[in-house]
Amino acid sequence: MDLDLTLIWAILIATAVFLYVAMDGFDLGLGILFPAVRGKAERDVMVNSVAPVWDGNETWLVLGGGGLFAVFPLAYATILPALYMPLILMLLALVFRGVAFEMRFRMATPRGQLWWDRAFSWGSYVAAFCQGIALGAFVQGIRIDGRAYAGGWWDWLTPFSVLTGIALVVGYGLLGACWLIGKTTGELQIRAYNLAKPLAVATLVLIAVVSATMLAISAPFRDRWLGLPGLFVGAPVPILVGLLAWRFAHALERREEVTPFLCALGFFLLSYIGLGISMWPYIVPPSVTIWQAATHPKSQAFLLYGAAVLVPLVLIYTAYVYWLFRGKVTAEAGYH
Amino acid sequence: MLANHLPSALDLARSQFAFTVVWHFLFPAFTIGLASYLAVLEAFWLATDRPVYLDTYRYWLKVFAVAFAMGVVSGLVMSYQFGTNWSVFSDKTAPVLGPLLGYEVLTAFFLEAGFLGVMLFGMERVGPRLHFLATCLVAGGTLLSAFWILSANSWMQTPAGYSLDADGRFVPESWTAVIVNPSFPYRFAHTVTAAYLTTAMIVGAVGAWHLLRDRTNPRARLMFSMAMWMAAIVAPVQLVLGDLHGGNTYHHQPAKVAAMEGHFDSVTRAPSILFGWPDAQAAETQYEIGIPGLASLYLAHDLNAKVTGLKDLPRDTWPTNLPLVFWAFRVMVGLGMLMIGLGLWSLVLRYKGRLFETPWLHRCAVAMGPSGLIAVTAGWVVTESGRQPFTVYGLLRTADSVSPIAAPAVAASLAAFAVVYFAVFGAGIWYLFHLFNQTPRPHESGPPVGQPVRTAGITPAPALAGDAHLQPAE
Repeated sequence: MDLDLTLIWAILIATAVFLYVAMDGFDLGLGILFPAVRGKAERDVMVNSVAPVWDGNETWLVLGGGGLFAVFPLAYATILPALYMPLILMLLALVFRGVAFEMRFRMATPRGQLWWDRAFSWGSYVAAFCQGIALGAFVQGIRIDGRAYAGGWWDWLTPFSVLTGIALVVGYGLLGACWLIGKTTGELQIRAYNLAKPLAVATLVLIAVVSATMLAISAPFRDRWLGLPGLFVGAPVPILVGLLAWRFAHALERREEVTPFLCALGFFLLSYIGLGISMWPYIVPPSVTIWQAATHPKSQAFLLYGAAVLVPLVLIYTAYVYWLFRGKVTAEAGYH
Repeated sequence: MLANHLPSALDLARSQFAFTVVWHFLFPAFTIGLASYLAVLEAFWLATDRPVYLDTYRYWLKVFAVAFAMGVVSGLVMSYQFGTNWSVFSDKTAPVLGPLLGYEVLTAFFLEAGFLGVMLFGMERVGPRLHFLATCLVAGGTLLSAFWILSANSWMQTPAGYSLDADGRFVPESWTAVIVNPSFPYRFAHTVTAAYLTTAMIVGAVGAWHLLRDRTNPRARLMFSMAMWMAAIVAPVQLVLGDLHGGNTYHHQPAKVAAMEGHFDSVTRAPSILFGWPDAQAAETQYEIGIPGLASLYLAHDLNAKVTGLKDLPRDTWPTNLPLVFWAFRVMVGLGMLMIGLGLWSLVLRYKGRLFETPWLHRCAVAMGPSGLIAVTAGWVVTESGRQPFTVYGLLRTADSVSPIAAPAVAASLAAFAVVYFAVFGAGIWYLFHLFNQTPRPHESGPPVGQPVRTAGITPAPALAGDAHLQPAE
């Protein structure tokens, strides 16, 4: 077959995972910013700003998991057992958070609200941290024997995975702050501007530290990034991060409202592309490529027919819902 | 010594799956029906412009928002559970089951999640007609989701349209045969109908609860009357569907039916055993009380038909927990009979014009509130425990499906699931009861948006500023 279905699927699933990170990232980020925003009215605005869309955001995570099962079952069947603890903790955290979304407005007493606010915030922290840990452990590689995971159940915990965990919490916090800049006015917006600056600095420092650590601990990464022709493929990535950082600082200074969010997304996209360059063509580093992990061609083709129609459709109505709920969210009127 | 008594990683993984899936299914069993009910209410409202429909719609929309959120997050857990705890199963079945679950996400989950926001918060922004479309899309999404997940489950019960490759992995040969596998049409019809009945029982119980307080409340009368129509018409239909489903199971999974019936010996004029205790060790059902010939009649539709018993089937294909399958089946059927009884009683009283004036009917309807949820759970226990000791019936054993995860890891995560689910979903369900207890009022507000719910309804004056905007047609 001329068309490499597996490659198309790898790109599609990578895109789904990125869309998840981009969209659930900012709504997890709001929970991460909760401790910095004390007032109930302001917290209500924050949650209101994502209430109509958070459910759809999280669905991309289901697509990430479901897509991996459908198209790269070997990856699904080895990565998930390898990352057992962080993934289960993440799911439990998302349970807390998802229910807190509905419940925090409905509590009759301030105590009840505070309890659900904490569930929302802690759920966001734990989910983001566990996602970061999972990412770090994944990058460091997964031991496989035959078609099964061969490592222990604490293998995922390393200094590097803790570092990536922290990095993701900070990065999501930045996305959340930039989302608020775009969706709010007045004091809360000023607060978001003030938070965005240190969070952006921290995010950039962490991106640099994580990148440097990856180069230091892994010879394959060094060869890929510092050898030829990798140097030319990879070099634009850090340069673009630098340019974007400059644009971001400029946007904060001029109190632009949309650009900071786009720049923050840009940091994530570039890091993600960098990660892609590092990993390629492995889906379970360091041994299984996307072609080795791929399911039967018939299954890939059958689902791709549907995805070719449905993914654009999903994107269109997701965009419609975002557009429908566009504009600033204020405390007085809630959504209405 | 002690190690022999500790549960194995396999037992723990099974417990974990059973625990999370039972919790999960409580929510969709309710929301599949509730989404359709909301679509019907909104359609009536658009057609008649009578505020009672809109008020009842809003009353149940608040419930729907909470129940749906719990369904989403508990479902998210399920989509990862296959990989974390059942990685060998995932690897072997993914070429067949993967695309079905992929289609579920692409056709159903995004549809539901995307338009739920419009349904909950969008009336003001899109107007009643587009809002109705959003409600219909969410309801359609829940049905599509049921379609795909039940197709996948049915394939595990009655695999078809596949071949096995050299490594023992399932390879799809015909997608039509995979999707519309032999038990799928029956299981789909039976399960969706069960979900509708579950919702009818809950809506009926809430309506009855408020009728007991004030039998003139038009919203309580509306929901009670609609629910009793469902009980009267759909519960008998469900009996027929269940019988057809049973016949299909008898054909394809004789061991499951033998376990459900408590039949160890293959006999003609097989009795329908009402009570007893199936004992696998003794290979007989003890203390049995039965009606001779009845099982032959409803399984094979012939009084003299020979019905296969467990002893004629290989011992290592018997369901692992016979009393569980046997008793769960009786719980399901018993509750179904009570629903039919409730429906018929309501029909008689409706004919006499006393549907709203008979407190005993209302009390019984309140008592029957959870019956749908219990029956649906029992039904799933029958079909899933009855499939044991296989994950893919006859082809892949449960013991050969599990992940290579150490028992302490599975035990720790099971404990964490138990604590979190009881705490979080317990609080959520407690809150649902709080909502059920609130009287459905005229000018019912939608789900609370910018304010806590206490401002809506309990205080004498409408304190919610946004309330006025929520009444587009009045």
